[in-house]
Amino acid sequence: MKHALIIENIEKRFANHLALDDVSIQVPEASIYGLLGPNGAGKTTLIRIVNQITAPDRGKVYFNGEPISSKHISLIGYLPEERGLYKKMKVGEQALYLCQLKGLSRQDALKGLKKWFEKFEIQSWWDKKVEELSKGMAQKVQFIITVLHNPTLLIFDEPFSGFDPINANLLKQEILELKRNGATIIFSTHNMSSVEEICDYVALINRSRKVLEGEINEVRTNYTSNIYEIQFEGFVNIIETSLSHEYKILQVDKNLKDTIIKIELLNKNISSNDILKRFLEFGNISMFRRYLPKMEDVFIKVVGEANSLTE
Amino acid sequence: MNKVLLIIKREFNSRVKKRSFIIMTILGPLLFAALMIAPIVLMRLEDDEFKKVAVIDETGMFFNSIPNTKYLQFENVSLQYYDNLTASYNLTKAKEDLKNTDYYALLYIPHTAVQTNIGVVQLISFRQPNMALKLHISNSMEKKLEDIKLTIKAEEFGLTEEDVTNILTVVNTRIEVVTTTLDEKGEEKQSSTEIAMIIGYICGFLIYMFVFMYGSMVMRGVIEEKTSRIVEVIVSSVKPFQLMIGKIIGVALVGLTQFLLWVVLTFVLVFFGQRILLKDYNPEKFNPNPAVVGSTLDNQTNAPDEKALKYEEAFKAVFSVNYVQVVTFFIFYFIGGYLLYAAMFAIVGSAVDNETDTQQFMLPISLPLILGIIVMMQVINNPASSLSYWFSIIPFTSPIVMMVRIPFGVPISDLIISMLLLIISFVFMTWFAAKIYRVGILMYGKKVNYKELWKWFKYKN
Repeated sequence: MKHALIIENIEKRFANHLALDDVSIQVPEASIYGLLGPNGAGKTTLIRIVNQITAPDRGKVYFNGEPISSKHISLIGYLPEERGLYKKMKVGEQALYLCQLKGLSRQDALKGLKKWFEKFEIQSWWDKKVEELSKGMAQKVQFIITVLHNPTLLIFDEPFSGFDPINANLLKQEILELKRNGATIIFSTHNMSSVEEICDYVALINRSRKVLEGEINEVRTNYTSNIYEIQFEGFVNIIETSLSHEYKILQVDKNLKDTIIKIELLNKNISSNDILKRFLEFGNISMFRRYLPKMEDVFIKVVGEANSLTE
Repeated sequence: MNKVLLIIKREFNSRVKKRSFIIMTILGPLLFAALMIAPIVLMRLEDDEFKKVAVIDETGMFFNSIPNTKYLQFENVSLQYYDNLTASYNLTKAKEDLKNTDYYALLYIPHTAVQTNIGVVQLISFRQPNMALKLHISNSMEKKLEDIKLTIKAEEFGLTEEDVTNILTVVNTRIEVVTTTLDEKGEEKQSSTEIAMIIGYICGFLIYMFVFMYGSMVMRGVIEEKTSRIVEVIVSSVKPFQLMIGKIIGVALVGLTQFLLWVVLTFVLVFFGQRILLKDYNPEKFNPNPAVVGSTLDNQTNAPDEKALKYEEAFKAVFSVNYVQVVTFFIFYFIGGYLLYAAMFAIVGSAVDNETDTQQFMLPISLPLILGIIVMMQVINNPASSLSYWFSIIPFTSPIVMMVRIPFGVPISDLIISMLLLIISFVFMTWFAAKIYRVGILMYGKKVNYKELWKWFKYKN
């Protein structure tokens, strides 16, 4: 597999605080890579190192196989978490300026911007001052500025914050479109459901160290515990009394006819077939599956465990 | 480099288009033109007053060569105050008597007035004498001295009239009238209205103002980028140093544009002001009946011409300053001083989250600037003191203090040392500021103190 970005043994220290401790990450080409972690874990520092805003104390960053340098700046698009625009400047003028800073010529920037403004149907904003725009509107403009110079690596830090669901969805489609066109995307967020929806790979950073990395479904499967979901017609109270020593019931949802039950196996020797056999007695089974944990569960589990260990 | 140009362009354009810039650019020249024309207008107001001036002439050469005019009468009182015992003139008594007589002023011409190329005579009065009086005295005396020297030399070398005319173009003797005003107790108070000094004073003050104005413009720009959170977007495209230097240069160009517009507009205004004033006092138009004028006190000069002549003299005095020199040094010291302080302002801007937090860091910036202004007052009284020397050499105060010294004449060596030191220190300060700036612009919500700034300075990259 070809990697768009390889981060090797990065270490970064601020005065008396170690922000990144021996972090290595490999981002496969044309994928969406989720960078997760609690606040203050070191994600932003890592992103700033990739953007060459700060330099690491130790370690290397490779971009398309070459050690990263200033010539790569025009190939990277970065939408930081703390983002804004000059309030008093006009939208179009400002977008032109920022695109030119990325290395585009004025004509190319103008042509590209016209296209994007048409696509998002925001041509009328061109001569407005930024302070006249709402937060969501400004975010749209910022997104355009980030992607306009056709970067091969895009870094989005909390891209959906400040968007309503419709525009968030629009943005998601655009990000997926960028991936289809061959761009590699690093995606940093706290919003775990969006991670599940669009990420191919994830890495979890906690307390300056990488604690988890891999293909997203692999990660989720690895964290599967003995939890099953069963949907059937019948009554729950019988199960409760007869099986309480083998299973722990986590959750019960009742419809008119059906019951969906989530159970955790207490005895590791029991196989899934054993469970099925037992449940056949209680009623018609319409669904039986091993529960795949949400990224949120994984996140809470990994971070929570690590933090409880040290505290 | 291309990116720095883009940044400079944006910083420049966004400021020049502001309404406050345009208003300042128009109001400035109006004020300056008024300041330059005011002495002439004031002179006109004072002109109509009849003045008697007592003269003590130790040289015995000049009394007759200072002509009376319509409003000025000179009376020789030398004999009255000649003390036979000490064989000198009793100036002290003359000053005391000035209070009780109707003399407007006492003109004292010491022996020394003719011994050097720049002769100094004293004009002692209770009120600040106007420029017309001073010009009248110095011009008359210069002419007399030149005549005497010329006659002596011409005889000595046996020169023809043609030779003399040729020499005349080379000979240039100046008489400076140092004025001494007396206060009620009769104590002397040295003062000066020399235009060069006023120019120096204005320049020093302008530099102070410009450095503060445009320095804090840089600071506000940095804070704006920080609070609007655009800074991280920009530094992912350009180096923080490029952003800082682009902003500093962009604002400097705004300042220079404003200054040059001020200079050009002021001169245009003064030029037209001069034309209008001189036209108003056109002799024929102003005084249609010369016969009436002929019967006044003035017997030596033609009164109708006199007034116009005086305005011309006043304008000559206003333009006697070497403006090219002043403007050149002003631009250098403005740029130098601005670059030094703008770097410091950039540090402050990068260290804080909003403008109200800047107060705690302003002291090291405003202290030397205010010190410069205080020293400036002293320099005007005593331009040759060691205080003047040192403060015009130290880079933090030199832009202000040196500008005040320049009209008094500064040795080239002093200028070179001062300018070199200023260049070295702003280069150093910019380097120092860049190291703090690149850390500060990405720091939010942190209580910053000087120790913290020092820590940032020491960060690697």
